[in-house]
Amino acid sequence: MIDFGYNINTDRQIDYDANDHRMSHFILSREPSYNLCIGCGSCTATCSAGNFTDFNFRKLHLMIKRGEISEVKTKIQKCMFCGKCLLVCPRGVNTRNLILTINCAIDELKL
Amino acid sequence: MTFDLFVLPFFLGLIFLLVVLGIKYTRWINALPKADILKIRNGIFSRKFFLSIKEIFFESLIHRKMFKQNALSGWMHMSFAFGWFMLIVIGNIESRVYSGKHINPPYYPIFLKFFVHDKKVLPFEIYTVPGFFRFSMDLMLLLILSGLVLAFIKRQHSKWFGYQRKTKQTEFDRFALTALWFIFPLRLLAESFTAGYYLGGGFLTNSLGWVFSCFLPVQYLAYPAWWAYSFALGAFFVTLPYSRYMHIPTEVLLIFLRNFGIKTEKNFNSFSEIEVNSCPRCGICIDTCQLNTSACIHDTQSIYFLRSVRQNEVKQDVAFDCLLCGRCQEICPVGINLNAIRITKRRDIQTLTPNSYNYLIPTQPPSVDVVYFAGCMTHLTPSIKKSMTEILDVTGVKYSFLDADGTVCCGRPQMMAGKIDAAQQLMDYNKTLIQKSGAKTLVTSCPICYKVFKEDYNLNIQVLHHTQYLWQLMNENKISLKPSEKTVVYHDPCELGRGSGIYEEPRQIIKSIAGLMSTEHEKADALCCGGSLGNVQINSKQRNAIQKDVLDELQKFHPDTIVTACPLCKKTLAKGSEAKVEDIAEFVCKALQPTANKKIRKEQFKSLTKAELIELAIEKL
Repeated sequence: MIDFGYNINTDRQIDYDANDHRMSHFILSREPSYNLCIGCGSCTATCSAGNFTDFNFRKLHLMIKRGEISEVKTKIQKCMFCGKCLLVCPRGVNTRNLILTINCAIDELKL
Repeated sequence: MTFDLFVLPFFLGLIFLLVVLGIKYTRWINALPKADILKIRNGIFSRKFFLSIKEIFFESLIHRKMFKQNALSGWMHMSFAFGWFMLIVIGNIESRVYSGKHINPPYYPIFLKFFVHDKKVLPFEIYTVPGFFRFSMDLMLLLILSGLVLAFIKRQHSKWFGYQRKTKQTEFDRFALTALWFIFPLRLLAESFTAGYYLGGGFLTNSLGWVFSCFLPVQYLAYPAWWAYSFALGAFFVTLPYSRYMHIPTEVLLIFLRNFGIKTEKNFNSFSEIEVNSCPRCGICIDTCQLNTSACIHDTQSIYFLRSVRQNEVKQDVAFDCLLCGRCQEICPVGINLNAIRITKRRDIQTLTPNSYNYLIPTQPPSVDVVYFAGCMTHLTPSIKKSMTEILDVTGVKYSFLDADGTVCCGRPQMMAGKIDAAQQLMDYNKTLIQKSGAKTLVTSCPICYKVFKEDYNLNIQVLHHTQYLWQLMNENKISLKPSEKTVVYHDPCELGRGSGIYEEPRQIIKSIAGLMSTEHEKADALCCGGSLGNVQINSKQRNAIQKDVLDELQKFHPDTIVTACPLCKKTLAKGSEAKVEDIAEFVCKALQPTANKKIRKEQFKSLTKAELIELAIEKL
């Protein structure tokens, strides 16, 4: 093929119907403040683990909401549970319980 | 006559109780780790054994701690425990005197008045041997009955006894309580009826018997009363091992084992089981819990948590809904290590998903004398780390700021959530860094970090919280501070105060530069700010409710500044405070006297040799 110097991006269409919403429902039933998030990214900006890796709690939250949960298990392991995200969250999301609940969901859903 | 059928309910109940206790205690002690069994062996032949007996006398019988909290409550517990104990002891001696034998069947002393009717002495001849026994037995019974009256009053007016909120007991516990309450009035009736008929008894049973005999057919009532008394005893003994009254025998065992040096550590073991069974469910921990008083959470307090542990049905939301502030542990009359038990249980119900911190690769830090570790929370309150570095610069000490470019968590938050393995990975990383630096002193600004560095890292170097370090610097005249007219209240952080026992250093520092005001809850009784990382469950509203109550108390006398020694407390309290909230490092930093400090530095330089000065200059470059 002729190289035009650009290519076509892979499809990033989010198919809400096909995605796995079990984790999202599980979390919502245990930690209602999960829904308060506005995705401002304060948690990620202050994150201790994010300082060393690409761990991104905001992104993780978004992925779970979309039902794209295949990478959650490997990513959540990097969290140090220090609680800085809890203190900076402007919406009062109980981020620490969210992390515990995500771990519980991984166990429960056998991911 | 030394036997009658009515003794059977008591006798069988007693045998059942002893067998159950025997099995349970043997199992628990056998299941202890080997190191703990060795401690028991060493302890039995040492001073600790006698100290334990002294403690058992003061705490299990006299209930000294209960007296200190509330005299009425103390009297109630003392009258039951001490009175019943004396009744058993005196009754035993009395039965030996009457039977002429050293060994009697166990029911004989209990029902002695049924078997022996001594008419030779008058009830008030207490200088004779039988008269003395009658008098003292009646006196002890009266003592117990006084406690019973108080127990009745407590049902209605628990506030008089120092309880703001009543405990929700289970039906089974209430049944056991009813059996216990019936025992002594029935004993009084049985003995009085018998005394009324045979003209025996002491000052209480004799006179009561005489009154009863005036209008009741006491000769027919006595026998059923003895049956009822025996039944009440039997019912209490059978329910005891499965009810909250299990604490009565188990607390004795607990005191011995605790004095031998055994404690609950990282795992829930059979000693923790003994601690759990020692909980009398008195409910003192309910009133002291801020989740109860400020956040309207009434079902997660230690009493309910321990009950769920005993019933093997620990719920995750109960186990995690605790600030781990340690206020209940401080006030617990049995001295159960409540925080440790909760953490071990959190560990048991923790998820299986492991954590992996392989992205952390230790580098080589500069070699120094003092390592400063700010901690995660201090990075959220940069004024604290700025103040600390400023102070450290002034002193001229050779230090490094270990986590200047972003911190790696100390591991304590993971530990409090029961994830010991994850915590261990973080601890190993930080430990390697600290050891590589070759420092002799580690200074940290965060009490959460301080506790774990001190207790779990095994660093073999001096570990100080910055309050201790600042106080040390002041004593060594390495910093000079300017006093001011400010009024200050000090807020004790949980992990620094109750957690690590540091109360005096911050107070001394404040007193030397400002006026320290006292507050209602101080030192071991200090309130938690509500920001605690120990609790994962409560929402932001509940946190704010706790914080508001604490702030109201701290600001009651309108101080200029609220000083604390924890970045998390500072961050939490600063949200709604009218007074300025400062960490003690900021407070000290503001009081630094630049000129005086320069002089101190100059004198330090004077003592240095030329070579050292050159080295220092190179370093500065």
